[in-house]
Amino acid sequence: VSTSISVVERSLRVETAESPRHSAVVRVTHWINTLSFIGLLVSGIAVLISHPRFYWGEVGNVETASLFDLPLPKVLAGQNGWGRYLHFLSAWVCVLNGSFYALSGLLSRHFKKSLLPLRADLAWSSLRQVIASHLRLEPPRAERSYNVLQRLAYSVVVFLFFPLAVWTGLAMSPAITSVTPIIVTVWGGHQSARTLHFFVAVALVLFLIVHIVMVSLTGFRKRMRAMITGHTATLEENE
Amino acid sequence: MSTLSRRQILKGGLVTVAGAAGVAGAARLGDRLGLIPPDHQGLFGVGETLTYASQRLLMASGSRAREFTRSEISQKPVANGTVPENEEWERMVAGKFAAWRLTVDGLVERPAAFSLAELMRFPAQSQITMLTCEEGWSFIAEWTGVALSHVLNLVGVRPGARYVAYFSQQGDWWDSIDMADAWHAQTLLTYGMNGADLSIPHGAPLRLRVPRQLGYKSVKYLMRLTVTETMDGIGKGLGSSAPEFGYSWYAGI
Repeated sequence: VSTSISVVERSLRVETAESPRHSAVVRVTHWINTLSFIGLLVSGIAVLISHPRFYWGEVGNVETASLFDLPLPKVLAGQNGWGRYLHFLSAWVCVLNGSFYALSGLLSRHFKKSLLPLRADLAWSSLRQVIASHLRLEPPRAERSYNVLQRLAYSVVVFLFFPLAVWTGLAMSPAITSVTPIIVTVWGGHQSARTLHFFVAVALVLFLIVHIVMVSLTGFRKRMRAMITGHTATLEENE
Repeated sequence: MSTLSRRQILKGGLVTVAGAAGVAGAARLGDRLGLIPPDHQGLFGVGETLTYASQRLLMASGSRAREFTRSEISQKPVANGTVPENEEWERMVAGKFAAWRLTVDGLVERPAAFSLAELMRFPAQSQITMLTCEEGWSFIAEWTGVALSHVLNLVGVRPGARYVAYFSQQGDWWDSIDMADAWHAQTLLTYGMNGADLSIPHGAPLRLRVPRQLGYKSVKYLMRLTVTETMDGIGKGLGSSAPEFGYSWYAGI
Protein backbone atom coordinates (compact mmCIF):
# COMPACT_ATOMS: atom_id res chain seq x y z
CA VAL A 1 0.00 0.00 0.00
CA SER A 2 2.75 2.44 0.92
CA THR A 3 4.53 1.85 -2.43
CA SER A 4 1.36 2.57 -4.37
CA ILE A 5 0.81 5.77 -2.38
CA SER A 6 4.36 6.91 -3.07
CA VAL A 7 3.88 6.10 -6.77
CA VAL A 8 0.77 8.28 -6.82
CA GLU A 9 2.61 11.06 -4.99
CA ARG A 10 5.54 10.91 -7.36
CA SER A 11 3.30 10.88 -10.40
CA LEU A 12 1.49 13.93 -8.99
CA ARG A 13 4.83 15.67 -8.65
CA VAL A 14 5.74 14.79 -12.21
CA GLU A 15 2.35 16.00 -13.45
CA THR A 16 2.65 19.34 -11.72
CA ALA A 17 6.31 19.76 -12.63
CA GLU A 18 5.66 19.51 -16.34
CA SER A 19 2.74 21.18 -18.09
CA PRO A 20 0.61 18.60 -19.93
CA ARG A 21 1.15 17.93 -23.61
CA HIS A 22 -2.62 18.36 -24.15
CA SER A 23 -4.84 20.47 -21.90
CA ALA A 24 -7.82 18.86 -20.18
CA VAL A 25 -10.24 20.74 -22.49
CA VAL A 26 -8.43 19.45 -25.59
CA ARG A 27 -8.37 15.89 -24.25
CA VAL A 28 -12.02 15.75 -23.23
CA THR A 29 -13.34 17.48 -26.37
CA HIS A 30 -11.10 15.27 -28.54
CA TRP A 31 -12.72 12.07 -27.26
CA ILE A 32 -16.27 13.44 -27.27
CA ASN A 33 -15.62 14.51 -30.86
CA THR A 34 -14.29 11.02 -31.65
CA LEU A 35 -17.54 9.47 -30.41
CA SER A 36 -19.75 11.94 -32.25
CA PHE A 37 -17.73 11.52 -35.46
CA ILE A 38 -18.12 7.73 -35.33
CA GLY A 39 -21.88 8.28 -34.83
CA LEU A 40 -22.02 10.70 -37.76
CA LEU A 41 -20.00 8.40 -40.01
CA VAL A 42 -21.97 5.22 -39.32
CA SER A 43 -25.33 6.99 -39.59
CA GLY A 44 -24.16 8.98 -42.62
CA ILE A 45 -23.36 5.73 -44.41
CA ALA A 46 -26.80 4.38 -43.42
CA VAL A 47 -28.49 7.42 -45.00
CA LEU A 48 -26.16 7.33 -48.02
CA ILE A 49 -26.92 3.73 -48.99
CA SER A 50 -30.64 4.45 -49.20
CA HIS A 51 -29.84 6.59 -52.27
CA PRO A 52 -26.15 6.39 -53.33
CA ARG A 53 -26.51 8.82 -56.27
CA PHE A 54 -25.25 12.39 -56.41
CA TYR A 55 -26.43 15.40 -58.40
CA TRP A 56 -25.68 19.09 -58.90
CA GLY A 57 -28.17 21.96 -58.70
CA GLU A 58 -31.55 21.99 -56.98
CA VAL A 59 -33.14 18.67 -57.91
CA GLY A 60 -32.04 15.11 -58.55
CA ASN A 61 -33.87 11.80 -58.52
CA VAL A 62 -34.10 8.47 -60.35
CA GLU A 63 -35.65 10.26 -63.35
CA THR A 64 -32.76 12.73 -63.76
CA ALA A 65 -29.13 12.31 -64.78
CA SER A 66 -26.71 11.94 -61.91
CA LEU A 67 -23.32 13.57 -61.39
CA PHE A 68 -21.99 10.18 -60.25
CA ASP A 69 -23.33 6.95 -58.76
CA LEU A 70 -21.52 5.12 -56.00
CA PRO A 71 -21.26 1.38 -56.60
CA LEU A 72 -23.10 0.63 -53.38
CA PRO A 73 -26.14 -1.58 -52.87
CA LYS A 74 -29.33 0.46 -52.40
CA VAL A 75 -30.28 -1.49 -49.32
CA LEU A 76 -31.63 0.82 -46.67
CA ALA A 77 -34.47 2.53 -48.57
CA GLY A 78 -37.29 2.97 -46.07
CA GLN A 79 -35.20 1.57 -43.21
CA ASN A 80 -32.72 4.34 -42.45
CA GLY A 81 -34.80 6.10 -39.78
CA TRP A 82 -32.38 5.08 -37.00
CA GLY A 83 -29.57 6.51 -39.14
CA ARG A 84 -31.32 9.89 -39.27
CA TYR A 85 -32.04 9.89 -35.51
CA LEU A 86 -28.38 8.96 -34.79
CA HIS A 87 -27.03 11.46 -37.34
CA PHE A 88 -28.77 14.45 -35.76
CA LEU A 89 -28.09 13.37 -32.17
CA SER A 90 -24.38 12.99 -33.05
CA ALA A 91 -24.46 16.29 -34.95
CA TRP A 92 -25.75 18.09 -31.84
CA VAL A 93 -22.98 16.53 -29.73
CA CYS A 94 -20.42 17.47 -32.39
CA VAL A 95 -21.65 21.08 -32.72
CA LEU A 96 -22.02 21.75 -28.96
CA ASN A 97 -18.69 20.08 -28.15
CA GLY A 98 -17.00 21.80 -31.10
CA SER A 99 -18.35 25.22 -30.08
CA PHE A 100 -17.01 24.74 -26.54
CA TYR A 101 -13.63 23.65 -27.96
CA ALA A 102 -13.52 26.64 -30.33
CA LEU A 103 -14.43 29.13 -27.62
CA SER A 104 -11.86 27.66 -25.26
CA GLY A 105 -9.22 27.59 -28.02
CA LEU A 106 -9.78 31.27 -28.71
CA LEU A 107 -9.88 32.42 -25.08
CA SER A 108 -6.86 30.33 -23.99
CA ARG A 109 -4.96 31.37 -27.13
CA HIS A 110 -4.44 27.65 -27.81
CA PHE A 111 -5.27 28.16 -31.49
CA LYS A 112 -2.77 31.02 -31.85
CA LYS A 113 -0.02 29.31 -29.89
CA SER A 114 -0.33 25.70 -31.02
CA LEU A 115 -2.68 25.21 -33.96
CA LEU A 116 -2.45 27.98 -36.53
CA PRO A 117 0.66 27.77 -38.76
CA LEU A 118 3.36 30.28 -37.86
CA ARG A 119 4.05 32.89 -40.49
CA ALA A 120 7.75 31.97 -40.63
CA ASP A 121 6.88 28.26 -41.11
CA LEU A 122 4.78 29.08 -44.16
CA ALA A 123 7.82 30.35 -46.05
CA TRP A 124 8.52 28.04 -48.96
CA SER A 125 12.06 27.19 -47.83
CA SER A 126 10.79 26.11 -44.44
CA LEU A 127 7.80 24.23 -45.88
CA ARG A 128 10.06 22.41 -48.38
CA GLN A 129 12.28 21.19 -45.60
CA VAL A 130 9.41 19.68 -43.60
CA ILE A 131 7.79 18.12 -46.69
CA ALA A 132 11.14 16.66 -47.79
CA SER A 133 11.76 15.10 -44.39
CA HIS A 134 8.28 13.55 -44.50
CA LEU A 135 8.87 12.24 -48.03
CA ARG A 136 12.15 10.68 -46.93
CA LEU A 137 10.09 8.99 -44.18
CA GLU A 138 12.49 10.27 -41.57
CA PRO A 139 11.54 9.24 -38.04
CA PRO A 140 9.77 12.15 -36.34
CA ARG A 141 11.74 14.16 -33.84
CA ALA A 142 10.36 14.45 -30.32
CA GLU A 143 9.04 17.98 -30.52
CA ARG A 144 6.87 19.74 -27.99
CA SER A 145 4.86 21.62 -30.55
CA TYR A 146 3.28 20.74 -33.90
CA ASN A 147 5.22 21.16 -37.14
CA VAL A 148 3.82 23.23 -39.99
CA LEU A 149 2.16 20.29 -41.79
CA GLN A 150 0.37 19.24 -38.62
CA ARG A 151 -0.72 22.81 -37.98
CA LEU A 152 -2.01 23.14 -41.54
CA ALA A 153 -3.86 19.82 -41.37
CA TYR A 154 -5.47 20.48 -37.97
CA SER A 155 -6.35 24.06 -38.93
CA VAL A 156 -8.05 22.96 -42.15
CA VAL A 157 -10.03 20.29 -40.27
CA VAL A 158 -11.06 22.57 -37.40
CA PHE A 159 -11.68 25.83 -39.26
CA LEU A 160 -12.75 24.59 -42.70
CA PHE A 161 -13.96 20.97 -42.88
CA PHE A 162 -16.09 20.81 -39.72
CA PRO A 163 -17.77 24.20 -40.31
CA LEU A 164 -18.40 23.22 -43.96
CA ALA A 165 -19.93 19.90 -42.90
CA VAL A 166 -22.34 21.72 -40.55
CA TRP A 167 -23.12 24.38 -43.15
CA THR A 168 -23.83 21.98 -46.04
CA GLY A 169 -25.81 19.78 -43.64
CA LEU A 170 -28.05 22.66 -42.55
CA ALA A 171 -28.36 23.71 -46.22
CA MET A 172 -30.31 20.47 -46.82
CA SER A 173 -32.93 21.39 -44.20
CA PRO A 174 -36.17 22.76 -45.70
CA ALA A 175 -36.91 24.40 -42.33
CA ILE A 176 -33.53 26.14 -41.97
CA THR A 177 -33.51 27.28 -45.61
CA SER A 178 -36.98 28.77 -45.11
CA VAL A 179 -35.31 31.15 -42.64
CA THR A 180 -31.99 31.70 -44.46
CA PRO A 181 -32.28 30.60 -48.11
CA ILE A 182 -28.81 31.93 -48.89
CA ILE A 183 -27.10 29.05 -47.08
CA VAL A 184 -28.28 26.71 -49.87
CA THR A 185 -28.51 29.05 -52.88
CA VAL A 186 -24.85 30.01 -52.43
CA TRP A 187 -23.93 26.40 -53.34
CA GLY A 188 -26.23 26.36 -56.35
CA GLY A 189 -29.02 24.33 -54.78
CA HIS A 190 -30.16 21.54 -52.50
CA GLN A 191 -28.46 18.71 -54.41
CA SER A 192 -25.20 20.66 -54.69
CA ALA A 193 -25.19 21.05 -50.90
CA ARG A 194 -25.81 17.31 -50.51
CA THR A 195 -22.93 16.44 -52.87
CA LEU A 196 -20.58 18.87 -51.08
CA HIS A 197 -21.65 17.40 -47.72
CA PHE A 198 -20.52 14.00 -49.05
CA PHE A 199 -17.16 15.36 -50.27
CA VAL A 200 -16.49 17.07 -46.93
CA ALA A 201 -17.26 13.79 -45.16
CA VAL A 202 -14.80 11.99 -47.46
CA ALA A 203 -12.15 14.62 -46.71
CA LEU A 204 -12.70 14.16 -42.96
CA VAL A 205 -12.40 10.38 -43.31
CA LEU A 206 -9.14 10.80 -45.29
CA PHE A 207 -7.84 13.06 -42.52
CA LEU A 208 -8.85 10.45 -39.93
CA ILE A 209 -6.90 7.74 -41.78
CA VAL A 210 -3.74 9.89 -42.05
CA HIS A 211 -4.19 10.96 -38.41
CA ILE A 212 -4.34 7.36 -37.18
CA VAL A 213 -1.40 6.30 -39.39
CA MET A 214 0.77 9.17 -38.08
CA VAL A 215 -0.20 8.47 -34.49
CA SER A 216 0.77 4.83 -35.00
CA LEU A 217 4.11 5.72 -36.64
CA THR A 218 5.09 8.06 -33.82
CA GLY A 219 4.24 5.63 -31.05
CA PHE A 220 0.60 4.67 -30.70
CA ARG A 221 0.72 3.99 -26.94
CA LYS A 222 2.63 7.15 -26.19
CA ARG A 223 0.29 9.35 -28.25
CA MET A 224 -2.80 7.70 -26.79
CA ARG A 225 -1.43 8.22 -23.30
CA ALA A 226 -0.82 11.89 -24.10
CA MET A 227 -4.38 12.38 -25.33
CA ILE A 228 -5.85 10.54 -22.31
CA THR A 229 -3.65 11.56 -19.35
CA GLY A 230 -2.05 14.63 -20.89
CA HIS A 231 1.45 13.24 -20.58
CA THR A 232 3.51 11.30 -23.08
CA ALA A 233 5.77 9.53 -20.60
CA THR A 234 4.98 7.03 -17.89
CA LEU A 235 6.56 7.52 -14.47
CA GLU A 236 9.34 5.01 -15.24
CA GLU A 237 10.28 6.85 -18.40
CA ASN A 238 10.45 10.12 -16.47
CA GLU A 239 12.91 8.74 -13.94
CA MET B 1 -9.22 14.92 3.03
CA SER B 2 -12.44 13.38 4.37
CA THR B 3 -14.10 16.75 5.07
CA LEU B 4 -13.13 17.89 1.61
CA SER B 5 -14.66 14.85 -0.02
CA ARG B 6 -17.79 15.19 2.14
CA ARG B 7 -18.09 18.79 1.05
CA GLN B 8 -17.54 17.72 -2.54
CA ILE B 9 -20.23 15.06 -2.23
CA LEU B 10 -22.63 17.63 -0.78
CA LYS B 11 -21.77 20.07 -3.54
CA GLY B 12 -22.10 17.35 -6.17
CA GLY B 13 -25.48 16.39 -4.72
CA LEU B 14 -26.71 19.98 -4.79
CA VAL B 15 -25.50 20.41 -8.37
CA THR B 16 -27.30 17.19 -9.36
CA VAL B 17 -30.55 18.27 -7.67
CA ALA B 18 -30.32 21.74 -9.19
CA GLY B 19 -29.54 20.19 -12.57
CA ALA B 20 -32.49 17.80 -12.37
CA ALA B 21 -34.78 20.63 -11.26
CA GLY B 22 -33.42 22.74 -14.11
CA VAL B 23 -34.07 20.00 -16.66
CA ALA B 24 -37.57 19.40 -15.24
CA GLY B 25 -38.30 23.14 -15.31
CA ALA B 26 -36.96 23.46 -18.85
CA ALA B 27 -39.08 20.48 -19.92
CA ARG B 28 -42.24 22.05 -18.44
CA LEU B 29 -41.49 25.41 -20.02
CA GLY B 30 -40.59 23.73 -23.33
CA ASP B 31 -43.86 21.79 -23.26
CA ARG B 32 -45.87 24.95 -22.58
CA LEU B 33 -44.14 26.75 -25.45
CA GLY B 34 -44.70 23.76 -27.74
CA LEU B 35 -41.03 22.91 -28.12
CA ILE B 36 -41.14 19.21 -27.14
CA PRO B 37 -41.93 16.75 -29.95
CA PRO B 38 -44.24 13.77 -29.26
CA ASP B 39 -41.34 11.34 -29.91
CA HIS B 40 -39.05 12.91 -27.27
CA GLN B 41 -38.40 9.63 -25.47
CA GLY B 42 -35.00 7.99 -25.06
CA LEU B 43 -31.53 9.08 -26.13
CA PHE B 44 -32.56 9.85 -29.74
CA GLY B 45 -35.39 11.97 -28.26
CA VAL B 46 -32.77 14.34 -26.82
CA GLY B 47 -31.47 15.09 -30.33
CA GLU B 48 -35.02 15.33 -31.70
CA THR B 49 -36.06 17.79 -28.98
CA LEU B 50 -33.00 19.98 -29.60
CA THR B 51 -33.68 19.99 -33.34
CA TYR B 52 -37.43 20.65 -33.05
CA ALA B 53 -37.10 23.32 -30.35
CA SER B 54 -34.28 25.22 -32.06
CA GLN B 55 -35.95 25.11 -35.49
CA ARG B 56 -39.33 26.20 -34.03
CA LEU B 57 -37.63 29.18 -32.35
CA LEU B 58 -35.75 30.04 -35.57
CA MET B 59 -38.99 29.87 -37.58
CA ALA B 60 -41.09 31.73 -35.00
CA SER B 61 -41.70 34.56 -37.47
CA GLY B 62 -43.47 32.16 -39.86
CA SER B 63 -40.71 31.81 -42.43
CA ARG B 64 -41.73 30.54 -45.86
CA ALA B 65 -40.28 27.52 -47.65
CA ARG B 66 -38.32 28.44 -50.77
CA GLU B 67 -40.47 28.86 -53.86
CA PHE B 68 -39.28 28.40 -57.43
CA THR B 69 -40.09 29.60 -60.93
CA ARG B 70 -42.14 27.68 -63.52
CA SER B 71 -38.97 26.96 -65.50
CA GLU B 72 -37.53 25.11 -62.50
CA ILE B 73 -40.41 22.59 -62.32
CA SER B 74 -39.06 19.04 -62.74
CA GLN B 75 -39.96 17.38 -66.04
CA LYS B 76 -40.62 14.02 -64.39
CA PRO B 77 -41.79 14.26 -60.79
CA VAL B 78 -41.10 11.03 -58.94
CA ALA B 79 -44.09 9.29 -57.38
CA ASN B 80 -42.65 7.33 -54.51
CA GLY B 81 -44.41 4.63 -52.54
CA THR B 82 -47.44 2.48 -53.22
CA VAL B 83 -51.12 3.01 -53.97
CA PRO B 84 -53.77 1.99 -51.39
CA GLU B 85 -55.18 -1.50 -51.71
CA ASN B 86 -58.61 -1.94 -50.20
CA GLU B 87 -62.20 -2.31 -51.37
CA GLU B 88 -63.37 1.09 -50.18
CA TRP B 89 -60.54 2.73 -52.10
CA GLU B 90 -61.26 0.73 -55.27
CA ARG B 91 -64.92 1.84 -55.09
CA MET B 92 -63.93 5.50 -54.70
CA VAL B 93 -61.52 5.35 -57.64
CA ALA B 94 -64.21 3.68 -59.77
CA GLY B 95 -66.61 6.51 -58.83
CA LYS B 96 -64.01 9.20 -59.61
CA PHE B 97 -63.94 10.15 -55.90
CA ALA B 98 -67.57 11.36 -55.95
CA ALA B 99 -68.18 9.31 -52.78
CA TRP B 100 -64.94 10.48 -51.17
CA ARG B 101 -65.17 12.84 -48.18
CA LEU B 102 -62.61 14.61 -46.03
CA THR B 103 -63.90 14.40 -42.48
CA VAL B 104 -62.69 17.01 -40.01
CA ASP B 105 -63.28 16.32 -36.33
CA GLY B 106 -61.73 16.56 -32.88
CA LEU B 107 -61.32 19.90 -31.09
CA VAL B 108 -63.51 21.85 -33.51
CA GLU B 109 -66.76 23.78 -33.14
CA ARG B 110 -68.42 22.33 -36.26
CA PRO B 111 -67.19 18.88 -37.31
CA ALA B 112 -67.64 18.52 -41.06
CA ALA B 113 -67.17 16.31 -44.09
CA PHE B 114 -66.13 17.96 -47.35
CA SER B 115 -66.49 16.54 -50.84
CA LEU B 116 -63.77 17.15 -53.42
CA ALA B 117 -66.07 19.55 -55.29
CA GLU B 118 -66.62 21.57 -52.11
CA LEU B 119 -62.87 21.80 -51.44
CA MET B 120 -62.34 22.95 -55.02
CA ARG B 121 -64.87 25.77 -54.55
CA PHE B 122 -62.80 27.21 -51.67
CA PRO B 123 -60.19 29.88 -52.56
CA ALA B 124 -57.42 28.07 -54.43
CA GLN B 125 -53.71 28.65 -53.95
CA SER B 126 -50.71 27.45 -55.91
CA GLN B 127 -47.12 27.02 -54.83
CA ILE B 128 -43.99 25.90 -56.67
CA THR B 129 -41.97 24.16 -53.98
CA MET B 130 -39.46 21.38 -53.60
CA LEU B 131 -40.36 17.98 -52.29
CA THR B 132 -37.31 16.53 -50.58
CA CYS B 133 -37.23 12.87 -49.67
CA GLU B 134 -35.40 11.88 -46.50
CA GLU B 135 -33.35 9.50 -48.69
CA GLY B 136 -31.78 12.49 -50.43
CA TRP B 137 -33.56 12.90 -53.77
CA SER B 138 -35.81 15.82 -54.65
CA PHE B 139 -38.09 17.33 -57.28
CA ILE B 140 -39.89 20.64 -57.82
CA ALA B 141 -43.56 20.85 -58.74
CA GLU B 142 -46.48 23.25 -58.67
CA TRP B 143 -49.17 22.21 -56.23
CA THR B 144 -52.69 23.65 -56.16
CA GLY B 145 -55.21 23.42 -53.35
CA VAL B 146 -56.88 25.13 -50.46
CA ALA B 147 -54.95 26.35 -47.43
CA LEU B 148 -55.42 24.09 -44.43
CA SER B 149 -55.97 27.28 -42.39
CA HIS B 150 -59.06 28.05 -44.51
CA VAL B 151 -60.63 24.70 -43.66
CA LEU B 152 -59.63 25.05 -39.99
CA ASN B 153 -61.32 28.47 -39.84
CA LEU B 154 -64.49 27.01 -41.39
CA VAL B 155 -64.80 24.29 -38.76
CA GLY B 156 -63.63 26.59 -35.93
CA VAL B 157 -60.65 25.38 -33.94
CA ARG B 158 -61.39 25.24 -30.20
CA PRO B 159 -58.94 26.57 -27.60
CA GLY B 160 -56.29 24.14 -26.45
CA ALA B 161 -55.66 22.67 -29.91
CA ARG B 162 -51.99 21.74 -30.35
CA TYR B 163 -51.84 19.36 -33.30
CA VAL B 164 -53.66 18.45 -36.47
CA ALA B 165 -53.45 14.71 -37.10
CA TYR B 166 -54.14 13.47 -40.61
CA PHE B 167 -54.99 10.00 -41.81
CA SER B 168 -54.44 8.33 -45.16
CA GLN B 169 -56.62 5.89 -47.02
CA GLN B 170 -53.43 3.89 -47.26
CA GLY B 171 -53.38 1.27 -44.54
CA ASP B 172 -52.08 2.55 -41.23
CA TRP B 173 -50.33 5.62 -42.66
CA TRP B 174 -50.99 8.74 -40.60
CA ASP B 175 -49.11 11.77 -39.36
CA SER B 176 -49.55 15.07 -37.55
CA ILE B 177 -48.22 18.62 -37.51
CA ASP B 178 -48.23 21.24 -34.77
CA MET B 179 -50.46 24.33 -35.02
CA ALA B 180 -47.51 26.46 -36.23
CA ASP B 181 -47.38 24.33 -39.38
CA ALA B 182 -51.18 23.85 -39.50
CA TRP B 183 -51.83 27.62 -39.65
CA HIS B 184 -48.81 28.26 -41.93
CA ALA B 185 -49.67 29.95 -45.23
CA GLN B 186 -47.91 27.30 -47.35
CA THR B 187 -49.60 24.28 -45.75
CA LEU B 188 -52.08 23.25 -48.43
CA LEU B 189 -54.67 20.53 -48.95
CA THR B 190 -53.75 19.89 -52.59
CA TYR B 191 -55.89 18.39 -55.36
CA GLY B 192 -53.90 19.68 -58.34
CA MET B 193 -50.32 19.29 -59.50
CA ASN B 194 -48.48 20.92 -62.42
CA GLY B 195 -51.70 22.34 -63.83
CA ALA B 196 -53.65 19.07 -63.85
CA ASP B 197 -55.63 17.03 -61.34
CA LEU B 198 -53.44 15.35 -58.76
CA SER B 199 -52.70 11.87 -60.12
CA ILE B 200 -53.27 8.73 -58.06
CA PRO B 201 -49.53 7.95 -57.70
CA HIS B 202 -49.06 11.49 -56.34
CA GLY B 203 -51.84 11.13 -53.80
CA ALA B 204 -55.27 11.80 -55.38
CA PRO B 205 -57.78 12.90 -54.41
CA LEU B 206 -56.09 14.95 -51.68
CA ARG B 207 -52.55 15.31 -50.43
CA LEU B 208 -51.35 17.57 -47.63
CA ARG B 209 -48.31 19.66 -48.56
CA VAL B 210 -46.04 20.77 -45.69
CA PRO B 211 -43.12 22.25 -47.65
CA ARG B 212 -41.02 23.25 -44.62
CA GLN B 213 -40.67 19.57 -43.76
CA LEU B 214 -39.40 16.52 -45.68
CA GLY B 215 -41.59 14.68 -48.17
CA TYR B 216 -42.89 12.00 -45.85
CA LYS B 217 -44.92 14.59 -43.92
CA SER B 218 -46.83 15.36 -47.16
CA VAL B 219 -49.18 12.40 -46.73
CA LYS B 220 -51.18 11.17 -49.73
CA TYR B 221 -54.76 9.84 -50.06
CA LEU B 222 -56.10 11.91 -47.15
CA MET B 223 -59.48 11.01 -45.71
CA ARG B 224 -59.60 12.51 -42.23
CA LEU B 225 -58.22 15.39 -40.16
CA THR B 226 -58.42 15.47 -36.36
CA VAL B 227 -57.60 18.55 -34.31
CA THR B 228 -56.27 17.49 -30.93
CA GLU B 229 -54.68 18.73 -27.73
CA THR B 230 -52.52 15.64 -27.28
CA MET B 231 -51.14 12.81 -29.37
CA ASP B 232 -51.70 10.36 -26.50
CA GLY B 233 -54.09 7.63 -27.53
CA ILE B 234 -53.55 8.12 -31.28
CA GLY B 235 -51.50 5.16 -32.49
CA LYS B 236 -48.65 4.69 -30.06
CA GLY B 237 -48.84 8.33 -29.01
CA LEU B 238 -45.68 9.28 -30.89
CA GLY B 239 -47.41 11.84 -33.12
CA SER B 240 -47.24 9.86 -36.34
CA SER B 241 -46.90 6.39 -37.79
CA ALA B 242 -43.37 7.45 -38.85
CA PRO B 243 -41.76 6.84 -35.41
CA GLU B 244 -43.42 3.43 -35.40
CA PHE B 245 -41.38 2.70 -38.58
CA GLY B 246 -38.26 4.20 -36.99
CA TYR B 247 -38.52 7.73 -38.45
CA SER B 248 -38.76 10.99 -36.53
CA TRP B 249 -42.08 12.82 -36.10
CA TYR B 250 -40.51 16.19 -36.92
CA ALA B 251 -38.87 16.28 -40.34
CA GLY B 252 -37.52 19.82 -40.71
CA ILE B 253 -34.08 18.45 -41.58
